[in-house]
Amino acid sequence: METIIENELVRELANKHGRTRDSLLPILQDLVVRNRYLSRQDMVDVARELDISAADVFGTATFYSFLDTEVRGKYVIRICKTISCAMKGKNDVLTTIEETLKIRVGETSSDRKFSLLETNCIGWCHKAPAMLINDTPYTELTPEKVTEILREYIKK
Amino acid sequence: MKEKFIRRVDLIFEKVECRDIIEKIMQMDPDAICQEVLDSDLKGRGGAGFPTGMKWRFASLEKDPVKYIVCNADEGEPGTFKDRQILDEVPGKVFCGMAIAARAVGSKSGYVYLRGEYKFLIPKLNKALDEFHRLADEFNLNFRIQIRLGSGAYICGEESALFESIEGKRGEPRNKPPYPTKSGLFNKPTAVNNVETLVHTVMIMKYGAERFKELGTKDSRGSKVFSISGDTPRAGIYELELGMSVHEFVEEFGDGDTKAVQVGGAAGFCVPRKKFEETIIGFEGVPTGGSMKLFNSTRSMYNVLHNYLDFFTEESCGQCTPCRVGCQQLLKGVEAVKRGEKNSRYLDELVKLAKTMKRASKCGLGQSVGNAFGSIVENFKEEIIY
Repeated sequence: METIIENELVRELANKHGRTRDSLLPILQDLVVRNRYLSRQDMVDVARELDISAADVFGTATFYSFLDTEVRGKYVIRICKTISCAMKGKNDVLTTIEETLKIRVGETSSDRKFSLLETNCIGWCHKAPAMLINDTPYTELTPEKVTEILREYIKK
Repeated sequence: MKEKFIRRVDLIFEKVECRDIIEKIMQMDPDAICQEVLDSDLKGRGGAGFPTGMKWRFASLEKDPVKYIVCNADEGEPGTFKDRQILDEVPGKVFCGMAIAARAVGSKSGYVYLRGEYKFLIPKLNKALDEFHRLADEFNLNFRIQIRLGSGAYICGEESALFESIEGKRGEPRNKPPYPTKSGLFNKPTAVNNVETLVHTVMIMKYGAERFKELGTKDSRGSKVFSISGDTPRAGIYELELGMSVHEFVEEFGDGDTKAVQVGGAAGFCVPRKKFEETIIGFEGVPTGGSMKLFNSTRSMYNVLHNYLDFFTEESCGQCTPCRVGCQQLLKGVEAVKRGEKNSRYLDELVKLAKTMKRASKCGLGQSVGNAFGSIVENFKEEIIY
């Protein structure tokens, strides 16, 4: 018989959010908070915990752009690429981030500290360009300002 | 020409004692609450503009003992950011609006579906929610609200996709009918309203339907919170009386060189300078969920269109073919025209495709891609081709 290794975190989150289908997103969201991404194994374990198919969990997770199914860094940077931000110098800010962190869009730094992604409108168009680092918004970015912000995160 | 000015309004952000509103609605007959909102002619502020009172009335007439109130806080339309400000400044009024809906409809349970991008608001919302629940208990209002987070999917702002998401599934829109008031969240009768709409109902309960109707026009009553961005010296959030023309709007918010205004976000319409005078911002002209983007003469409308198409291609849920394939083909098509691989007549074919998408797509996303596409291509053809 296959031995099932307990996934303590998944169990804990299922205890917290419940085991019905509508608990799935809150569980996956919390897993991303803890691990920065959803591993295959975690998704299989969530499926077992909720007694639904792993394909359902995988299908749901991959629908949502914030439920990453690839390894991400401790700090996930999502820079807005929608028109208002694009008009207000988002590309210069993006280039500065790429040069500072030595990663390109879609990549994660080798120490797994940073991931850099583009995202659609995050609702700060009047203070463009804007980005999120994990849940925290940063607005009215300039190459100088973003360098300062990243310096703080690099120190962390 | 008659001198007009745009009237500033301060209702949405006005500080209100929610206790007084709750006390008032507990003494009112549920049907009278529906009637007051119906009388105000309030239309949904998320963009689609369905009469709020009618929505509540339909839900109230359903016999099911379990009904839901859902606040759509999945503000994802490019250029819209007013709901974030409302939730940040007056969260108690949003919950109070949900309580009014709950009384009108006969619901014990509500959900706020907050986009993941606004997760930073959660601590503040939880605090306001605790206060609200205490207030509800005090007045024996049997109504509880939960907050659910989205995870970065624009389509979940579509009401039935939003229900799917709360239910823990992929955010794929459902077939309609049945409409939410009959079968919504967990297949129960549901009244789903935009954040701003709910706050308007608080003010209608406070000041009455007649006062609400003093502002705006016959087709667009009241005021509206606008999110203004792009080439403007005064980007930000403004509550304005409905019924102004784009010309009046540009006079006040333009930078003196405005060549186009995108009204209603990527799903909305592009109004070129020559149509500023004749175009009314409201349900009789161009409707908007609040997004107003100004573009001056330095901007390439090809880049604007390309950005929107890129957005829709990514955000289409992919379940229905007209939208999934249509978005991709429109994007590839304008790129081909720009590179000179296709001649300008090909744009007419693409406009036809956008019209087919409007007719054949399952939900509002695919149905509205043609709005921006048609209006930008029609008015800025040269910029797309050359």
